[in-house]
Amino acid sequence: MSIIRSPRGSLFRPKGGVDQSPLREHKALIETIDRRKVLRGTLSLGALSLLSGCDVGETGPMQSFLRGVSAWNDKVQEFIFRPDHLAPTYSEAEVVKPPRFNAHFDVEDIKPVDGATWKLELSGLIADKRPWTAQQLAQLPQQSMIIRHICVEGWDYIGQWSGVNLRQFLERVGADLSAKYVFFRCADDYTESLDMPSALHAQTMLATKYAGDPLADPFGFPLRLRTATKLGFKNAKWVTGIEVTNDFQETFWSKQGFNWFAGI
Amino acid sequence: MQSTRPAELHVRRLHPLPLRIMHWINAIAMLIMISSGWKIYNDDVILGWLHFPDALTLGHWAQHGLQWHFFGMWILALNGIAYVTYGLVTGRFRRMLFPIRWREFIKDVSDALHFRLAHDDPTHYNAVQRLLYIGILLVGVLIVTTGLVLWKPIQFSELTALLGGFQTVRIIHFLCMSAIVLFLIVHVTLALLVPRTLVAMVTGGPAVDDMKAKAS
Repeated sequence: MSIIRSPRGSLFRPKGGVDQSPLREHKALIETIDRRKVLRGTLSLGALSLLSGCDVGETGPMQSFLRGVSAWNDKVQEFIFRPDHLAPTYSEAEVVKPPRFNAHFDVEDIKPVDGATWKLELSGLIADKRPWTAQQLAQLPQQSMIIRHICVEGWDYIGQWSGVNLRQFLERVGADLSAKYVFFRCADDYTESLDMPSALHAQTMLATKYAGDPLADPFGFPLRLRTATKLGFKNAKWVTGIEVTNDFQETFWSKQGFNWFAGI
Repeated sequence: MQSTRPAELHVRRLHPLPLRIMHWINAIAMLIMISSGWKIYNDDVILGWLHFPDALTLGHWAQHGLQWHFFGMWILALNGIAYVTYGLVTGRFRRMLFPIRWREFIKDVSDALHFRLAHDDPTHYNAVQRLLYIGILLVGVLIVTTGLVLWKPIQFSELTALLGGFQTVRIIHFLCMSAIVLFLIVHVTLALLVPRTLVAMVTGGPAVDDMKAKAS
């Protein structure tokens, strides 16, 4: 039995055969196609695709150009930032429990911080540099906010954070609020920094609690930064030190090419 | 090719030089934005089954995709503003894209489905072309707007709320990209089928008579 069957009537096959008129109509046109031009066009398209090959690795002229653009975008974001504009807040019913874990390592690799011996070290343009214990911080006026966490990857969740308002804390320790940056050091060697206007925003805090309970180890116990106006990765966990400074220092992710300002 | 007799020197070409420059800048911006956007998308996919192959994405890691995307956005937005301004001020949009007559459109769609819709005259767009070009312009406005909201959802929180929230905006941005990619496939295929249109976008194409164009 032959596997090649003669054509049968089909809903999808025109009864009168395939219409040859387009071929006749375009015959002259097809003959005018300049093969060299088509080839040349393909080549330049191919060359464009090689652009992606320029930025493999962290160095090279393309990478320094793109980092220059990223630095320009920092300036634009400073300009866009509305210091008095509050991020939307949500109801307790919308709070996700537990929060979503994300770090530069897996959740099994967390090295928990001992809250009893932990201290918050202060340095730089701060009048009173005495370190703070968890108990001392707990005695300061507490703030609570239910805000959206937005990750640079695209996911988000609503969380309830409580702790000490960063602006009030900086005022209390006599920090120079006209300085440019507030720099954070963490127990996991993570570093982050905020521009001063973002640090002084009403919804920027040193968080010690999530959904009313002390922070769990994966989410930054005993103290983490939480701000409503930055991408997730700016919210340093397991904070051990705060420095107020005018000198820009690269941070954990900005060193690897992520945008430093990272405002939302 | 067109001769360059002195009498024709002042005659307007179908695609004037500024338009051609903006068209090709836009083409580069599109390639950068789509391929780097795919890189960013791959880090947290919207559709579980859809990952873009690394070979089609721009940037080594996610941060490089982001760097390209936030560089490309300037080219796309500034060039787009220049293009729309040019189209409105010179009357090109009005001349080339309007009017769209409902009856013509139905006939043209029917012709297109039978593969007999003429699209070989680059000086005259049929109703389907007109509607597609207008549609893609609107998609362009929407993808830039949603892009701005995704970049600054809190600073522009009013706009975020108006568009249905962060994740909704993300999906709109993704659907706009899909529409643009589909448009590009059709646009490039048809341009290759009638290479004269492609050549016209490089050389400027035939000289056109404004008076005649207006009358038609």
